[in-house]
Amino acid sequence: MCLAVPARIVELEEDRAVVDAMGNRWNCRTTLTPDVKLGDIVLIHAGFAITTVEEEEAQKTWRLIAEFDEFQKKQEKGSEIY
Amino acid sequence: MLNRIMKAQRLMDTACLRLGRPINVMEVCGTHTVSIFRNGIRPTLPEGLKLLSGPGCPVCVTDQGFIDIVLDLARREDCIIATYGDMVRVPGKAGSLETTHGADVRVVLSTDDALRLAELHPDKTVVFVAVGFETTTPATAVAVGEAVRRDLKNFCVLSGHKLVIPAMRALLSDKNNRIDAFLCPGHVSVIIGSDAYLPIVEEFGRPCVVAGFEPMQVIEGIAEICRQLAEGMAEVVSIYEGVVRPEGNRTAQKLMETYFEPYDGYWRGLGRIPGGTLRLRDEYGRFDAMRRFGIEEIPAEEPLGCRCGEVLCGLAAPMDCGMFESRCTPDTPVGPCMVSSEGACAAWYKYGRRRRRHG
Repeated sequence: MCLAVPARIVELEEDRAVVDAMGNRWNCRTTLTPDVKLGDIVLIHAGFAITTVEEEEAQKTWRLIAEFDEFQKKQEKGSEIY
Repeated sequence: MLNRIMKAQRLMDTACLRLGRPINVMEVCGTHTVSIFRNGIRPTLPEGLKLLSGPGCPVCVTDQGFIDIVLDLARREDCIIATYGDMVRVPGKAGSLETTHGADVRVVLSTDDALRLAELHPDKTVVFVAVGFETTTPATAVAVGEAVRRDLKNFCVLSGHKLVIPAMRALLSDKNNRIDAFLCPGHVSVIIGSDAYLPIVEEFGRPCVVAGFEPMQVIEGIAEICRQLAEGMAEVVSIYEGVVRPEGNRTAQKLMETYFEPYDGYWRGLGRIPGGTLRLRDEYGRFDAMRRFGIEEIPAEEPLGCRCGEVLCGLAAPMDCGMFESRCTPDTPVGPCMVSSEGACAAWYKYGRRRRRHG
């Protein structure tokens, strides 16, 4: 449940932001991270940015999410993975 | 990458050899549980190194008595229940939110959505069923703050928010515990900071290592625990660098403290934990669903035969339960560890079965 996804702030007005992760965009609040700027990458949990993260760390997670996605598709097709 | 894996494996092997007994590492966080399964980490560990899934799935540790309160509120015609999706299928004494006849249940993705519901339905009371650990609580605190500012009279919070540190302390205080070290949750630690584990290390002498959820992080987290165990030491180490800071997120901590206070609430499987649950402070009592509707928290007995309680404490594995895979499956869950995708039973069901069948 404590899952959080890194996303880049692409719009920011007061504590309301639009963020982008791998081409998906959604609204979030930056109330808990008052110092963020446009272009920063933040970790989003339940609609709130909880911290800033470095680009490299975010890239790692994005790559992993893409991998999960592929893995899931393979599993749904029923291919043997073990 | 291969070098890092080799190094991690060497540390794990050394620890197993030096201790000469099984090593039990508890991953506190449900997201770690899922990452460990998805990435097939368990089979790569030395035989003597066991991973226990801890009480880190908020749905799983929510007492059935709390679920019954939610269901009672859901049956009221004047209430709309707003909650995160995880809670909808958790069974109480009689059914779940999903099966409660006539209930108006809205799944929300953030507390903002819950506030909006309250504004859209002034004739109803929106009860936000708030579960989750420190990662999730600050968002609830922000919502209460906003309800105060907007003077929203038809919004309230049923708080089942839990704190991780008191749970770790309760687990280690149990004489039967088999926990040698904790793999600490990554995103809870973003909020509370890695320094929050210092008292656990000092009081109980157990290594506390904070790791992220990427497979290499999990492996290196376990390896760091092994290094400490082999050297006979216990420290707080965070390998989730650039994300977790020693002091955590102070803004979020301050918000939690402003609106919430800890009390001795009930946890499934762990009973009453001193200071383990959060409720709204008296000043904000008008937003507290328990106070608004005059409800008292009564712990409920677990369903007969369900061993979720022991699973959550690392005292039993999902397969030790007689109902696992037979009466209790993700489609017909009896206990909460099978309902939540982050529950140990659901993870074993989904990812562990194929491996077992193959030996």
